[in-house]
Amino acid sequence: MMKRDECFRVLRRQVTDEIVVTTYSSAVDWLALGERALNYFSIGAMGLDSSHALGLALGGPDRRVICLQGDGSLLMNLGCLVTIGAAAPKNLVHLVVQNGTYEANGEHPIPNPKIDFATTARAAGYPHAHEFSNLAIFEQQAGRVLRQEGPVFATLHVEPSQPLTYDYPKLYDPSRRQALKAALMRR
Amino acid sequence: MNMHADAPAAASIESDKVELKGSPIVAAIKASGVEFVISVPDIVTSAGVLRPIADDPELKLIRVCKEDECIGVASGLHYYDKRALSLIQHTGFLDSINAIRGVAVEYAQPICMMIGLLEHDSRRPPRDSPRYGVRIIEPILDAMGIPHHLINQDADVAKIRAAIEDAYATSHPVALLIGRRPSAS
Repeated sequence: MMKRDECFRVLRRQVTDEIVVTTYSSAVDWLALGERALNYFSIGAMGLDSSHALGLALGGPDRRVICLQGDGSLLMNLGCLVTIGAAAPKNLVHLVVQNGTYEANGEHPIPNPKIDFATTARAAGYPHAHEFSNLAIFEQQAGRVLRQEGPVFATLHVEPSQPLTYDYPKLYDPSRRQALKAALMRR
Repeated sequence: MNMHADAPAAASIESDKVELKGSPIVAAIKASGVEFVISVPDIVTSAGVLRPIADDPELKLIRVCKEDECIGVASGLHYYDKRALSLIQHTGFLDSINAIRGVAVEYAQPICMMIGLLEHDSRRPPRDSPRYGVRIIEPILDAMGIPHHLINQDADVAKIRAAIEDAYATSHPVALLIGRRPSAS
């Protein structure tokens, strides 16, 4: 089993000019690795991070979009797998961090912590779906996963984290959304 | 709740002579600069609006599984200045309230929604509808501070472009309420 912050450090080394869409606990760990104008913290409506990512992928087909979604968040919008599978954006990478809990809401278990998201994504139409539970293997494969023709799906099996501090006003700050839009419009 | 109170009013609905044609609605959507239509099918707008859009090569139709997805996808498109219309039923609007609250209202984003009022008696204002689900729509929109416009006859179609242009010019959500089934012409 991996740790989420370790996985994100692996990803951070691979990320260049991609938009990274993330939310709640994943957003806290991702932001700890540094500010980027191309980060989009989808706080305010849990589950919609993957839908935001789809819109960003369709709006800018020349730029890759990485969605870092929690398992509880995906369960709130499981139909998005079918929508994304059908829309089939080639520039979307959808990574789900599976720790089996609603971490930001008191670490209660999700209804079925063993749900197989990768199989579900494959059945929904994602041409590539992966699973990782070993950090060394993930580190070896991450670059390839991020550059496959999308939509690409991967489950990252991680341990529940130590309790995090959620600074929602900082994550939610409108200046972040303005910075993202400005960065995308500059191109 | 007494479910029978919301049962179909069948023959009385849409028996008046007022017309609402679909093709001017689609033309108004396109004239508004909308490039993407994001939709869960709604029987009110199915024949007159959604089917022509599905056949129109100038519009990109994204079929989603649940209406709140529309809000997220439209938001993502907005960052690239791509205009989108969410074409949904009032039941889907009700199901998506938290997404609309969080993304459209609190983020102050130009989320444009065209909402079919299912089984509404189009001879009455929606807020006077005998149907509970229709009657509460405008008060909810008012409570959320979302401007709304009733599209109930051909003369109302002129409101569509102005409403969408204003939503994008000043970055706020807007709701276009379709009060009767637009004809497929």
